[in-house]
Amino acid sequence: MNQWKNFSKGFIKESPTFVLLLGMCPTLGVTSSAANGLGMGLATTFVLAMSNWVVSLVKSQIPDKIRIPSYIVIIATFVTVVELTMQAYLPGLFKSLGLFIPLIVVNCIVLGRAEAFASKNPPLSSLIDGLGMGLGFSFALTLLGSIRELLGSGKIFNITLYSENYVMLLFVLAPGAFIVLGYLIALINRIKKA
Amino acid sequence: MAQRESTFGNMVIVLLLVTLISAGALGFVHDMTSGAIEAAKIKAQNDAISKVLPAFDELKPPVTVLPEGETDSVLVFPAYAQGQLVGVAVKTYSNKGFSGHISIMAGIDKGGNFTGYAVLEHKETPGLGSKMDVWFNNADKPGQNVIGKSPATTKFSVSKDGGDIDAITASTITSRAFLDALVRAYAAFEKTSGTLSGETAEKTN
Repeated sequence: MNQWKNFSKGFIKESPTFVLLLGMCPTLGVTSSAANGLGMGLATTFVLAMSNWVVSLVKSQIPDKIRIPSYIVIIATFVTVVELTMQAYLPGLFKSLGLFIPLIVVNCIVLGRAEAFASKNPPLSSLIDGLGMGLGFSFALTLLGSIRELLGSGKIFNITLYSENYVMLLFVLAPGAFIVLGYLIALINRIKKA
Repeated sequence: MAQRESTFGNMVIVLLLVTLISAGALGFVHDMTSGAIEAAKIKAQNDAISKVLPAFDELKPPVTVLPEGETDSVLVFPAYAQGQLVGVAVKTYSNKGFSGHISIMAGIDKGGNFTGYAVLEHKETPGLGSKMDVWFNNADKPGQNVIGKSPATTKFSVSKDGGDIDAITASTITSRAFLDALVRAYAAFEKTSGTLSGETAEKTN
Protein backbone atom coordinates (compact mmCIF):
# COMPACT_ATOMS: atom_id res chain seq x y z
CA MET A 1 0.00 0.00 0.00
CA ASN A 2 2.72 2.40 1.06
CA GLN A 3 4.88 1.57 -1.98
CA TRP A 4 1.87 2.04 -4.24
CA LYS A 5 1.47 5.53 -2.79
CA ASN A 6 5.18 6.23 -3.42
CA PHE A 7 4.63 5.21 -7.00
CA SER A 8 1.28 6.79 -7.84
CA LYS A 9 1.74 10.21 -6.25
CA GLY A 10 3.86 11.30 -9.23
CA PHE A 11 0.94 11.21 -11.65
CA ILE A 12 -1.57 13.68 -10.18
CA LYS A 13 -1.15 14.40 -6.47
CA GLU A 14 2.52 15.43 -6.56
CA SER A 15 2.95 15.59 -10.33
CA PRO A 16 6.37 17.21 -10.86
CA THR A 17 5.12 19.21 -13.83
CA PHE A 18 1.58 20.23 -12.91
CA VAL A 19 1.80 20.52 -9.12
CA LEU A 20 5.44 20.99 -8.08
CA LEU A 21 6.18 22.99 -11.27
CA LEU A 22 9.69 21.56 -11.45
CA GLY A 23 11.68 20.99 -14.63
CA MET A 24 9.83 23.66 -16.61
CA CYS A 25 12.69 24.11 -19.08
CA PRO A 26 12.49 20.68 -20.78
CA THR A 27 8.71 20.68 -20.28
CA LEU A 28 8.29 23.76 -22.41
CA GLY A 29 11.23 23.10 -24.72
CA VAL A 30 10.80 19.56 -26.03
CA THR A 31 7.04 19.00 -26.06
CA SER A 32 6.43 20.19 -29.61
CA SER A 33 5.43 16.59 -30.43
CA ALA A 34 4.11 13.64 -28.44
CA ALA A 35 7.06 11.40 -29.36
CA ASN A 36 9.59 13.99 -28.17
CA GLY A 37 7.72 14.41 -24.89
CA LEU A 38 7.60 10.66 -24.30
CA GLY A 39 11.28 10.17 -25.19
CA MET A 40 12.39 12.96 -22.89
CA GLY A 41 10.12 11.66 -20.11
CA LEU A 42 11.47 8.11 -20.31
CA ALA A 43 15.10 9.29 -20.39
CA THR A 44 14.41 11.35 -17.27
CA THR A 45 12.62 8.38 -15.64
CA PHE A 46 15.69 6.18 -16.03
CA VAL A 47 17.97 8.85 -14.55
CA LEU A 48 15.54 9.58 -11.69
CA ALA A 49 15.03 5.94 -10.71
CA MET A 50 18.71 4.98 -10.90
CA SER A 51 20.07 8.08 -9.17
CA ASN A 52 17.41 7.86 -6.44
CA TRP A 53 18.33 4.24 -5.83
CA VAL A 54 22.10 4.82 -5.76
CA VAL A 55 21.83 7.95 -3.62
CA SER A 56 19.71 6.04 -1.14
CA LEU A 57 22.25 3.16 -1.06
CA VAL A 58 25.24 5.38 -0.33
CA LYS A 59 23.55 8.13 1.67
CA SER A 60 25.04 7.18 5.05
CA GLN A 61 28.58 7.07 3.62
CA ILE A 62 28.46 10.59 2.20
CA PRO A 63 29.36 13.39 4.61
CA ASP A 64 26.68 16.04 4.85
CA LYS A 65 28.78 18.94 3.61
CA ILE A 66 29.59 17.35 0.26
CA ARG A 67 26.29 15.59 -0.38
CA ILE A 68 25.17 17.96 -3.17
CA PRO A 69 28.34 17.61 -5.29
CA SER A 70 28.30 13.84 -4.76
CA TYR A 71 24.65 13.58 -5.82
CA ILE A 72 25.33 15.70 -8.89
CA VAL A 73 28.21 13.43 -9.93
CA ILE A 74 25.96 10.37 -9.53
CA ILE A 75 23.17 12.05 -11.55
CA ALA A 76 25.56 13.26 -14.25
CA THR A 77 26.94 9.72 -14.63
CA PHE A 78 23.49 8.29 -15.36
CA VAL A 79 22.65 11.15 -17.70
CA THR A 80 25.80 10.48 -19.71
CA VAL A 81 24.92 6.78 -19.85
CA VAL A 82 21.49 7.72 -21.30
CA GLU A 83 23.06 10.19 -23.71
CA LEU A 84 25.59 7.71 -25.12
CA THR A 85 23.07 4.89 -25.36
CA MET A 86 20.49 7.06 -27.09
CA GLN A 87 23.09 8.40 -29.51
CA ALA A 88 24.09 4.84 -30.38
CA TYR A 89 20.70 3.17 -30.72
CA LEU A 90 18.10 5.97 -31.19
CA PRO A 91 19.98 8.60 -33.25
CA GLY A 92 16.73 10.09 -34.60
CA LEU A 93 15.31 10.78 -31.16
CA PHE A 94 18.68 12.02 -29.92
CA LYS A 95 18.78 14.54 -32.75
CA SER A 96 15.35 15.97 -32.00
CA LEU A 97 15.92 16.18 -28.24
CA GLY A 98 19.39 17.62 -28.77
CA LEU A 99 20.73 19.71 -25.92
CA PHE A 100 17.92 18.76 -23.55
CA ILE A 101 19.39 15.31 -22.82
CA PRO A 102 22.64 16.55 -21.21
CA LEU A 103 20.52 19.19 -19.45
CA ILE A 104 18.72 16.45 -17.46
CA VAL A 105 21.69 16.84 -15.07
CA VAL A 106 20.37 20.20 -13.94
CA ASN A 107 16.70 19.20 -14.02
CA CYS A 108 15.39 20.23 -10.60
CA ILE A 109 13.20 17.12 -10.35
CA VAL A 110 16.21 14.80 -10.26
CA LEU A 111 18.24 16.62 -7.60
CA GLY A 112 14.98 17.54 -5.85
CA ARG A 113 13.97 13.89 -5.40
CA ALA A 114 17.51 12.88 -4.38
CA GLU A 115 17.58 15.57 -1.71
CA ALA A 116 13.94 15.46 -0.55
CA PHE A 117 13.25 11.72 -0.75
CA ALA A 118 16.20 9.41 -1.50
CA SER A 119 18.49 10.86 1.16
CA LYS A 120 15.89 10.07 3.86
CA ASN A 121 14.30 6.81 2.68
CA PRO A 122 15.40 3.17 2.10
CA PRO A 123 16.63 2.12 -1.39
CA LEU A 124 13.51 0.27 -2.52
CA SER A 125 11.14 3.13 -1.65
CA SER A 126 13.52 5.55 -3.36
CA LEU A 127 13.67 3.47 -6.53
CA ILE A 128 9.87 3.32 -6.62
CA ASP A 129 9.57 7.02 -5.88
CA GLY A 130 11.95 7.76 -8.76
CA LEU A 131 10.04 5.49 -11.13
CA GLY A 132 6.68 7.01 -10.16
CA MET A 133 7.90 10.58 -10.40
CA GLY A 134 9.62 9.86 -13.71
CA LEU A 135 6.57 8.18 -15.22
CA GLY A 136 4.42 11.04 -13.92
CA PHE A 137 6.77 13.43 -15.69
CA SER A 138 6.61 11.31 -18.87
CA PHE A 139 2.81 11.27 -18.65
CA ALA A 140 2.70 15.06 -18.30
CA LEU A 141 5.15 15.62 -21.16
CA THR A 142 3.36 13.18 -23.46
CA LEU A 143 0.00 14.79 -22.70
CA LEU A 144 1.39 18.27 -23.33
CA GLY A 145 3.17 17.10 -26.49
CA SER A 146 0.06 15.33 -27.84
CA ILE A 147 -2.15 18.40 -27.38
CA ARG A 148 0.43 20.72 -28.95
CA GLU A 149 1.09 18.35 -31.85
CA LEU A 150 -2.65 17.86 -32.44
CA LEU A 151 -3.45 21.58 -32.47
CA GLY A 152 -0.22 22.73 -34.09
CA SER A 153 0.39 20.19 -36.84
CA GLY A 154 -2.75 18.03 -36.98
CA LYS A 155 -0.98 14.84 -35.88
CA ILE A 156 -0.44 12.67 -32.84
CA PHE A 157 2.70 10.51 -32.74
CA ASN A 158 3.21 11.50 -36.39
CA ILE A 159 -0.16 10.03 -37.45
CA THR A 160 -2.05 12.69 -39.40
CA LEU A 161 -5.55 13.30 -38.03
CA TYR A 162 -6.59 16.31 -40.09
CA SER A 163 -5.26 18.53 -42.85
CA GLU A 164 -2.32 20.83 -42.21
CA ASN A 165 -4.33 23.69 -43.70
CA TYR A 166 -6.40 24.04 -40.52
CA VAL A 167 -3.67 23.88 -37.88
CA MET A 168 -2.83 26.62 -35.38
CA LEU A 169 0.89 26.95 -35.83
CA LEU A 170 1.15 28.88 -32.57
CA PHE A 171 0.88 25.65 -30.59
CA VAL A 172 4.14 24.12 -31.78
CA LEU A 173 5.95 27.38 -30.98
CA ALA A 174 6.97 28.51 -27.49
CA PRO A 175 3.79 30.52 -26.63
CA GLY A 176 1.67 27.45 -27.33
CA ALA A 177 3.65 25.53 -24.70
CA PHE A 178 2.79 28.13 -22.06
CA ILE A 179 -0.89 28.26 -23.05
CA VAL A 180 -1.40 24.48 -23.01
CA LEU A 181 0.58 24.12 -19.75
CA GLY A 182 -1.58 26.82 -18.12
CA TYR A 183 -4.83 25.11 -19.07
CA LEU A 184 -3.52 21.70 -17.96
CA ILE A 185 -2.47 23.08 -14.54
CA ALA A 186 -5.93 24.59 -14.11
CA LEU A 187 -7.52 21.27 -15.04
CA ILE A 188 -5.31 19.27 -12.64
CA ASN A 189 -6.13 21.71 -9.82
CA ARG A 190 -9.81 21.20 -10.51
CA ILE A 191 -9.40 17.40 -10.42
CA LYS A 192 -7.43 17.57 -7.16
CA LYS A 193 -10.14 19.66 -5.48
CA ALA A 194 -12.94 17.37 -6.50
CA MET B 1 24.65 2.99 9.90
CA ALA B 2 25.61 6.32 11.36
CA GLN B 3 26.13 9.25 9.07
CA ARG B 4 29.80 9.70 8.16
CA GLU B 5 31.22 12.87 9.69
CA SER B 6 32.15 15.89 7.60
CA THR B 7 35.85 15.89 8.41
CA PHE B 8 38.30 17.04 5.77
CA GLY B 9 39.77 13.57 5.24
CA ASN B 10 36.36 11.95 4.91
CA MET B 11 35.21 14.52 2.38
CA VAL B 12 38.31 14.12 0.21
CA ILE B 13 38.13 10.33 0.24
CA VAL B 14 34.39 10.14 -0.45
CA LEU B 15 34.46 12.66 -3.30
CA LEU B 16 37.48 10.91 -4.80
CA LEU B 17 35.73 7.54 -4.62
CA VAL B 18 32.47 8.88 -6.07
CA THR B 19 34.22 10.49 -9.04
CA LEU B 20 36.51 7.48 -9.60
CA ILE B 21 33.60 5.05 -9.72
CA SER B 22 31.60 7.23 -12.11
CA ALA B 23 34.62 7.76 -14.35
CA GLY B 24 35.11 4.00 -14.51
CA ALA B 25 31.43 3.38 -15.27
CA LEU B 26 31.40 6.03 -18.01
CA GLY B 27 34.56 4.68 -19.59
CA PHE B 28 32.92 1.26 -19.75
CA VAL B 29 29.71 2.63 -21.33
CA HIS B 30 31.73 4.71 -23.78
CA ASP B 31 33.62 1.61 -24.91
CA MET B 32 30.35 -0.26 -25.35
CA THR B 33 28.64 2.43 -27.42
CA SER B 34 31.36 4.23 -29.39
CA GLY B 35 31.24 1.70 -32.25
CA ALA B 36 27.47 1.90 -32.53
CA ILE B 37 27.50 5.73 -32.42
CA GLU B 38 30.00 5.84 -35.27
CA ALA B 39 27.95 3.32 -37.27
CA ALA B 40 24.74 5.30 -36.69
CA LYS B 41 26.40 8.50 -37.94
CA ILE B 42 27.73 6.81 -41.09
CA LYS B 43 24.36 5.18 -41.72
CA ALA B 44 22.55 8.52 -41.43
CA GLN B 45 25.01 10.04 -43.90
CA ASN B 46 24.72 7.15 -46.40
CA ASP B 47 20.92 7.22 -46.16
CA ALA B 48 20.96 10.92 -47.01
CA ILE B 49 23.32 10.34 -49.95
CA SER B 50 21.19 7.58 -51.48
CA LYS B 51 18.11 9.75 -51.01
CA VAL B 52 19.50 12.67 -53.03
CA LEU B 53 21.20 10.80 -55.90
CA PRO B 54 19.95 8.45 -58.62
CA ALA B 55 20.89 4.78 -58.16
CA PHE B 56 24.62 4.18 -57.81
CA ASP B 57 26.71 1.18 -56.78
CA GLU B 58 29.93 2.73 -55.54
CA LEU B 59 30.67 5.69 -53.33
CA LYS B 60 34.21 7.08 -53.27
CA PRO B 61 35.67 8.72 -50.16
CA PRO B 62 34.76 12.41 -49.99
CA VAL B 63 36.86 15.26 -51.37
CA THR B 64 37.12 18.26 -49.06
CA VAL B 65 36.60 21.66 -50.65
CA LEU B 66 37.11 24.90 -48.76
CA PRO B 67 34.83 27.64 -50.16
CA GLU B 68 36.56 30.98 -50.65
CA GLY B 69 36.48 33.25 -47.65
CA GLU B 70 35.02 30.53 -45.37
CA THR B 71 36.48 28.54 -42.53
CA ASP B 72 34.26 25.45 -42.73
CA SER B 73 34.75 23.07 -45.61
CA VAL B 74 32.24 21.29 -47.84
CA LEU B 75 32.41 17.53 -48.46
CA VAL B 76 31.95 16.19 -51.99
CA PHE B 77 31.07 12.47 -52.25
CA PRO B 78 31.44 11.17 -55.83
CA ALA B 79 29.03 8.32 -56.69
CA TYR B 80 29.62 5.84 -59.53
CA ALA B 81 27.52 3.25 -61.34
CA GLN B 82 29.50 0.64 -63.31
CA GLY B 83 32.59 2.84 -63.09
CA GLN B 84 30.81 5.87 -64.53
CA LEU B 85 30.26 9.02 -62.48
CA VAL B 86 26.52 9.46 -61.93
CA GLY B 87 26.78 12.53 -59.79
CA VAL B 88 28.07 13.88 -56.52
CA ALA B 89 26.47 14.29 -53.14
CA VAL B 90 27.65 17.48 -51.50
CA LYS B 91 27.41 17.98 -47.76
CA THR B 92 26.96 21.71 -47.72
CA TYR B 93 25.86 24.31 -45.19
CA SER B 94 24.79 27.89 -44.65
CA ASN B 95 25.21 30.07 -41.59
CA LYS B 96 22.59 32.57 -42.73
CA GLY B 97 19.53 30.70 -41.43
CA PHE B 98 16.93 32.39 -39.26
CA SER B 99 18.46 30.52 -36.30
CA GLY B 100 21.99 30.11 -37.63
CA HIS B 101 23.57 26.99 -39.02
CA ILE B 102 21.81 24.76 -41.57
CA SER B 103 23.41 21.58 -42.91
CA ILE B 104 22.18 20.07 -46.19
CA MET B 105 23.09 17.06 -48.32
CA ALA B 106 22.57 18.03 -51.96
CA GLY B 107 22.74 15.71 -54.97
CA ILE B 108 24.10 17.07 -58.27
CA ASP B 109 24.27 15.06 -61.49
CA LYS B 110 27.08 15.16 -64.07
CA GLY B 111 25.40 18.03 -65.92
CA GLY B 112 25.29 20.21 -62.81
CA ASN B 113 21.55 19.85 -62.19
CA PHE B 114 20.26 19.20 -58.68
CA THR B 115 18.83 15.69 -58.30
CA GLY B 116 17.64 15.99 -54.72
CA TYR B 117 18.46 17.27 -51.29
CA ALA B 118 18.05 16.31 -47.65
CA VAL B 119 18.13 18.71 -44.74
CA LEU B 120 20.50 17.16 -42.19
CA GLU B 121 20.44 19.75 -39.41
CA HIS B 122 18.61 22.98 -38.81
CA LYS B 123 17.12 25.06 -36.02
CA GLU B 124 14.57 26.98 -38.10
CA THR B 125 11.10 27.79 -36.78
CA PRO B 126 8.87 24.68 -36.75
CA GLY B 127 6.04 24.98 -39.27
CA LEU B 128 7.66 27.91 -41.10
CA GLY B 129 11.33 27.60 -42.03
CA SER B 130 11.29 23.87 -41.27
CA LYS B 131 9.12 23.42 -44.38
CA MET B 132 12.26 23.67 -46.52
CA ASP B 133 12.61 19.87 -46.49
CA VAL B 134 9.57 19.61 -48.83
CA TRP B 135 9.07 23.12 -50.23
CA PHE B 136 11.91 23.14 -52.76
CA ASN B 137 11.19 19.56 -53.87
CA ASN B 138 7.71 19.98 -55.35
CA ALA B 139 7.26 19.07 -59.00
CA ASP B 140 3.73 20.57 -59.02
CA LYS B 141 5.04 24.06 -58.26
CA PRO B 142 7.83 24.78 -60.78
CA GLY B 143 8.40 28.24 -59.27
CA GLN B 144 9.66 26.83 -55.99
CA ASN B 145 11.16 23.55 -57.23
CA VAL B 146 14.96 23.32 -57.38
CA ILE B 147 15.17 19.71 -58.61
CA GLY B 148 16.42 19.44 -62.18
CA LYS B 149 17.69 23.02 -62.15
CA SER B 150 21.27 24.22 -62.21
CA PRO B 151 22.68 27.51 -60.90
CA ALA B 152 24.41 27.81 -64.29
CA THR B 153 21.07 28.41 -66.04
CA THR B 154 18.72 29.42 -63.21
CA LYS B 155 19.26 32.31 -60.86
CA PHE B 156 19.45 30.69 -57.42
CA SER B 157 18.09 33.44 -55.25
CA VAL B 158 14.59 34.20 -54.03
CA SER B 159 12.24 36.08 -56.36
CA LYS B 160 12.13 38.99 -53.91
CA ASP B 161 15.87 39.49 -54.54
CA GLY B 162 15.45 39.21 -58.31
CA GLY B 163 16.10 35.45 -58.48
CA ASP B 164 14.11 32.63 -60.07
CA ILE B 165 13.07 30.61 -57.01
CA ASP B 166 9.95 31.32 -54.95
CA ALA B 167 10.70 31.63 -51.25
CA ILE B 168 8.81 29.71 -48.55
CA THR B 169 5.79 31.79 -47.50
CA ALA B 170 6.74 33.85 -44.40
CA SER B 171 10.27 32.38 -44.35
CA THR B 172 12.34 34.45 -46.76
CA ILE B 173 15.42 34.32 -44.54
CA THR B 174 15.38 30.53 -44.35
CA SER B 175 14.86 30.35 -48.11
CA ARG B 176 17.83 32.64 -48.73
CA ALA B 177 19.98 30.47 -46.48
CA PHE B 178 18.80 27.30 -48.21
CA LEU B 179 19.69 28.67 -51.65
CA ASP B 180 22.97 29.98 -50.27
CA ALA B 181 23.81 26.40 -49.21
CA LEU B 182 22.87 25.02 -52.65
CA VAL B 183 24.98 27.62 -54.45
CA ARG B 184 27.88 26.71 -52.19
CA ALA B 185 27.33 23.03 -53.08
CA TYR B 186 27.32 23.86 -56.77
CA ALA B 187 30.55 25.88 -56.47
CA ALA B 188 32.21 22.90 -54.78
CA PHE B 189 30.89 20.60 -57.52
CA GLU B 190 32.32 22.85 -60.25
CA LYS B 191 35.69 22.99 -58.50
CA THR B 192 35.93 19.21 -58.29
CA SER B 193 34.07 18.07 -61.42
CA GLY B 194 37.17 18.17 -63.66
CA THR B 195 39.26 15.99 -61.38
CA LEU B 196 36.42 13.55 -60.67
CA SER B 197 35.51 12.68 -64.24
CA GLY B 198 39.23 12.41 -65.09
CA GLU B 199 39.59 9.89 -62.28
CA THR B 200 36.74 7.78 -63.68
CA ALA B 201 38.22 7.73 -67.14
CA GLU B 202 41.47 6.32 -65.76
CA LYS B 203 39.63 3.75 -63.69
CA THR B 204 37.46 2.49 -66.54
CA ASN B 205 40.34 2.15 -69.01
